[in-house]
Amino acid sequence: MSLLSHFLTSLLSTLRDVLPIAIILFGFQLAILRKRIPNLRQILIGFVFVLLGLAFFLEGLEQALFPLGKLMAEQLTAPEFLGLAGGGKGEWAHYFWVYVFAFAIGFSTTIAEPSLIAVAIKANQVSAGAIGTWGLRIAVAIGVAVGISLGAYRIVTGTPLHYYIIIGYILVVIQTVFCPKTIIALAYDSGGVTTSTVTVPLVAALGLGLASNIPGRNPLLDGFGLIAFASLFPIMSVMGYAQLSEWRAQRDKRSR
Amino acid sequence: MLESVRDLLPIIAVIAFFQLLILRQPIPDLSGLLIGTLLVILGLTLFIHGLKVGLFPIGESMAHDFARKGSLFWLLAFAFALGFGTTIAEPALIAVADEAAKVAATGGMIDESEEAKQSYANGLRMTVALSVGLAIVIGVLRIIKGWPIQYLIIGGYIGVVIMTFFAPPEIIGIAYDSGGVTTSTITVPLVTALGVGLASSIQGRNPLTDGFGLIAFASLTPMIFVMGYGIIL
Repeated sequence: MSLLSHFLTSLLSTLRDVLPIAIILFGFQLAILRKRIPNLRQILIGFVFVLLGLAFFLEGLEQALFPLGKLMAEQLTAPEFLGLAGGGKGEWAHYFWVYVFAFAIGFSTTIAEPSLIAVAIKANQVSAGAIGTWGLRIAVAIGVAVGISLGAYRIVTGTPLHYYIIIGYILVVIQTVFCPKTIIALAYDSGGVTTSTVTVPLVAALGLGLASNIPGRNPLLDGFGLIAFASLFPIMSVMGYAQLSEWRAQRDKRSR
Repeated sequence: MLESVRDLLPIIAVIAFFQLLILRQPIPDLSGLLIGTLLVILGLTLFIHGLKVGLFPIGESMAHDFARKGSLFWLLAFAFALGFGTTIAEPALIAVADEAAKVAATGGMIDESEEAKQSYANGLRMTVALSVGLAIVIGVLRIIKGWPIQYLIIGGYIGVVIMTFFAPPEIIGIAYDSGGVTTSTITVPLVTALGVGLASSIQGRNPLTDGFGLIAFASLTPMIFVMGYGIIL
C-alpha cells in the first residue's frame, strides 16, 4: 500500500514537470501554427508512455539505487574508512578507492542516463548510422568518469575550481580546431546532456561526503563543482573519439 | 526491455563490487533493491518507447511547421518559451537554488532570514530560466543563419572566464554546476528534435552539423548569468 501511494507521489511530481512543457507545445500548436497535429493519438500515447516511464524510473531509483549509492559514497568518504580517524589529514593517494568509485559511478550512471540515450538515438538517425549509439554513449561515459574522478581529486587537494575549468576550456578550443567539423555541435551538446536524473544525485552525495569529511574543506563551498567537471570532459572525449575514428579510417584507406 | 537491462547492468555491477568487496558489507534490503531495479528497467523501457512515438515526432513536426510558416518572431517566441518554461519548474534547479541561498547566507551576502534566502533562491531560478530561454533563442538563430557553432561557444567560454574574475568566490562553484543541471530528461529530447527538425527543413543546413548544439548553449549561458546575479547582488 505504501508502495502504491509512494508511486502516486512520483507520478504526480512527474506530471508537474511535464505539464508546462505540454502546455507550451500544444498552446503554440493550436494558437500559432493552427494546424492539426498529425498522428495526434499516437503522440498522446507517447506522452503517456514518457510520463509513466519517468515515474517508474524515478521511483525505482529512489527506492533502490539512490539510498545504496549515497550510503556507499558516505562510507567511502568516512574518516574510519580513509584512515583519518586519528586526526591526520592523509595524502591524496589515501583516497584511491574514492577515485575508483568516482570513475565507476560516473561511467555507469552515464550509460543509464535517459537523455543521453535520446541524443544518441537521434545522432545515429541523422548521421545515417555513421555515429554508433554505443560508441557515442561510451565516449561520453568515459568523459564523465574521468571528469568526476578529477573533480574528486580537486576536492581532496582543495585546489581552486576555476583553474581546472579554464584549462579544460583551452583544451576544448584546441581540439575544436583539429576535430572533424561534423561532430563539433554534437560534442558540445554531450556536455550538457550527461548530467541529469541518474548522475546528479549520486555525484552530489559523493561531493558532499568528501567535502564534509576532509579536514579544512567546507561542504558548502567545496562540495560543488563535480557536475561542472562532468559536463566539461565529455566534450573532450567525444571529440577525441571522432578524431580517433577519423584517424583509423584514414589509416585503413592508406594501407589498402 | 533487454536493452534497458543492459543499460542498467553497469550500475548494478559497480554497486555490488564496492559494497561486497571494498566495503565488505551485506546489501541491506535486498528485496527492495530488486523491486526498485525492476521498476527502473520498466520505466526506462516505457520512456524510450514514448520518446520515439511521442516526443521526437512532435518536436520535429513543430519545427517543420514553424519553418514552413516562415515567421521568425513566433519561432523565436516558441524557442524562448520552451527554454524558460522547462527550466523554471526543473526540480534539480530548485534544489541547487536552495543550496546556493544557503551558501550566500553563510558567506554574509544576504541575511540569514528565511525570507531573504527564499527571495534569493527565486531570483536565481528566474535568472537561470531566462538564460536558458535566451540560449535556445540564440541557438535557433544560429541554425537559421548557419553560423558555425564553435565561434559562439568559444565566445561564451571567454564570457565565463571574464565573469569568474569578477564574481564572488562563493558563487563560482554553484554557477559552474548550474550549467549542467538545467537540461532535464524531457527537455533534452524535445530540444534536440526541434534543432534537428529545423536544420533538416531549412535548405543548405545539415542536420548533423547544424541541428545539434542547442543543449550546448543551454548549459553555457546559465554559468554567465548566475555569476552576473552574484555580482549584482
